[in-house]
Amino acid sequence: IRSEARTISGAINGSRKTGKVITKAVAAQAESPASAASKPGHELLLFEALREGLEEEMDRDPRVCVFGEDVGHYGGSYKVTKGLAEKYGDLRVLDTPIAENSFTGMAVGAAMTGLRPIVEGMNMGFLLLAFNQISDNCGMLHYTSGGQFTIPTVIRGPGGVGRQLGAEHSQRLESYFQSIPGIQMVACSTPYNAKGLMKAAIRSENPVVLFEHVLLYNLKERIPDEEYVLSLEEAEMVRPGEHVTILTYSRMRYHVMQAAKTLVNKGYDPEVIDIRSLKPFDLYTIGNSIKKTHRVLIVEECMRTGGIGASLTAAINENFHDYLDAQIVCLSSQDVPTPYAGTLEEWTVVQPPQIVAAVEQLCK
Amino acid sequence: MACSATAKILQPLSIRSAEKSESCGKMLSPSSFLGSTPLPKKLFSVNKTISPLARRSATIVAVSSDVVKEKKLKSTQNLLITKEEGLVLYEDMYLGRAFEDMCAQMYYRGKMFGFVHLYNGQEAVSTGFIKLLKKEDCVVSTYRDHVHALSKGVPARQVMSELFGKTTGCCRGQGGSMHMFSKEHNVLGGFAFIGEGIPVATGAAFTSKYKREVFKEDCDEVTLAFFGDGTCNNGQFFECLNMAALWKLPIVFVVENNLWAIGMSHLRSTSDPQIWKKGPAFGMPGVHVDGMDVLKVREVAKEAVSRARRGEGPTLVECETYRFRGHSLADPDELRDPAEKAHYATRDPITALKKYVIENKLASEAELKAIEKKIDEEIEEAVEFADESPVPERSQLLENVFADPKGFGIGPDGKYRCEDPKFTQGTAQV
Repeated sequence: IRSEARTISGAINGSRKTGKVITKAVAAQAESPASAASKPGHELLLFEALREGLEEEMDRDPRVCVFGEDVGHYGGSYKVTKGLAEKYGDLRVLDTPIAENSFTGMAVGAAMTGLRPIVEGMNMGFLLLAFNQISDNCGMLHYTSGGQFTIPTVIRGPGGVGRQLGAEHSQRLESYFQSIPGIQMVACSTPYNAKGLMKAAIRSENPVVLFEHVLLYNLKERIPDEEYVLSLEEAEMVRPGEHVTILTYSRMRYHVMQAAKTLVNKGYDPEVIDIRSLKPFDLYTIGNSIKKTHRVLIVEECMRTGGIGASLTAAINENFHDYLDAQIVCLSSQDVPTPYAGTLEEWTVVQPPQIVAAVEQLCK
Repeated sequence: MACSATAKILQPLSIRSAEKSESCGKMLSPSSFLGSTPLPKKLFSVNKTISPLARRSATIVAVSSDVVKEKKLKSTQNLLITKEEGLVLYEDMYLGRAFEDMCAQMYYRGKMFGFVHLYNGQEAVSTGFIKLLKKEDCVVSTYRDHVHALSKGVPARQVMSELFGKTTGCCRGQGGSMHMFSKEHNVLGGFAFIGEGIPVATGAAFTSKYKREVFKEDCDEVTLAFFGDGTCNNGQFFECLNMAALWKLPIVFVVENNLWAIGMSHLRSTSDPQIWKKGPAFGMPGVHVDGMDVLKVREVAKEAVSRARRGEGPTLVECETYRFRGHSLADPDELRDPAEKAHYATRDPITALKKYVIENKLASEAELKAIEKKIDEEIEEAVEFADESPVPERSQLLENVFADPKGFGIGPDGKYRCEDPKFTQGTAQV
């Protein structure tokens, strides 16, 4: 069973809000107006892609509803739900009071009784308050009820290190949630996969946590007009190569691609895979890549301790040890509460020069 | 003392509207309820003594009923229940009691393990509320959930099986004592953390409202959330009171105030022990009722449930009740004053209803005995069924982790792990 749509994300035209060090995410391809018009599909920003996916699913199934702070009249703090309350009403796009644990629990109760709610954490970090409900109820109720109740919720929101937002608004919860049995986690990184994953998450019968990144909302891309749904469990091949497998997700994909430009100029041929599915890992795509390149570099924004990279390292060692020619290298954020100061914040996350250096080291 | 209602009872509830925020539940008239001593007229004032007896004797009762000592009733029209209803209530309460007693026996015989929390003494609350519900209405409970499940209609054999950890249990043996679920009977759990179920109940009520307003269905389903006095100091309680009142959700919050949260007295942990007062603070009526009297509970429940059905919003009902046993079967129950326990033992709800039914000639002693016998047999049969049921196979281990088992992901060989033949044996690597 494979997904309906495979994608190779080519050049993405867009810029991101970021610090002064990195200017462009990836190589920009100049498009002449004529060629743009003749290409199929339509251009939009990542948050618009999320909204499009959400809207299509809400049109398709009246049980789909959204709970969150400021999702209704305000349109969502990152505009993902803009216009939806006017279209669907205040009950389907519910402005909740500031009570994360309770409205997430409410989503669980609604899901058990037939609805398909999407919970938006205004910032993923706020969902720490909902940890009780996410772990005990979202994750476990299907099992403890002996399979009687399904919890088809989607829990989503922006996370990751932004631009000097301070420690509490710069959290990466994927490491905290990954051990919860019974949930799936995916991270989107482009408008194309954002829309596809949003739709897949809504349609899934499992509780899914969809990680978005604060700095990626304004990425622009041309996406197909036709409807498409991506697979929640598959990884995405970003750039095929021969020398080294670089596994990454979310914003770090762009740092990796930036480093890739430098590496290509230096004569390396990195294979870049956006793992997308943080739990479970797509060991097939990852394994095939390792069998080809024999070298692995993991680049993530998660903290070092107990992060996605740590789990991925363990999984690769267990399954593909024989194929490795070198130790797995994992570049993660520092185990530091993200500082406010711009320079310090820069050094907390992995930067392209570090990626270049790591690849050079690996390929010695 | 017999207790019966006169026409006055038809103003049984002092459920106040949301606008009035002064204290609800002022004494309507001195009330004597089944088996207890009459209460003084004064309103309760918080005092610092911990003696629960003293505190209880000043408690306010929202529902009053006059004591009719001398008069014999001429007809059943003045009674709160008909014969059929009386028998249903009696049977349900007796079922709850007999089941819990059997649980204790089975636990000490090593048939069930872990934490088992018994409901003895609180049957009036479960029966009083749940017997008014339809099958589509939802019930959410805490870890003290066996009797709520039974009242809602889950067969005793399924609950007993679940407690024994057998695959024929209502949750296939995967839930246990604290996690009773039934999709068929709309029992949404069974939660181990207190307060955890209240948002779930709020969500179920939300679905009911959603069905009415978005699907335009004729839906008047109601949800009941049961929880204890300890929970009323928890954030989720307050957050849900707010949301339920805000959106006028069809839910009734039922507080089973048995005065003790394991070994923590309610008075030692709560700044204002009168929980019903917290309802009006959020814009919903707060009602206090004697939870040892099933008829009173039922009257309050009728009003609260029909309020919810009419779309008027939530109600907070505080039921003053008591658990005869410890917090769980592992609790030595040393902190509670024996005098307090003795006092409540005299107010056993089952004995009281029996007395009421017999004295008002609703049924004979023989009929009640027949019910008891039937229930005893049902419980015996449930234990036999549970004993003989198979334990879960290893293949069950991975089955219900995900509703869609593709969630276990794609293995190194390219196939979904759930397609691995070992998956159904419960031995696949996931």
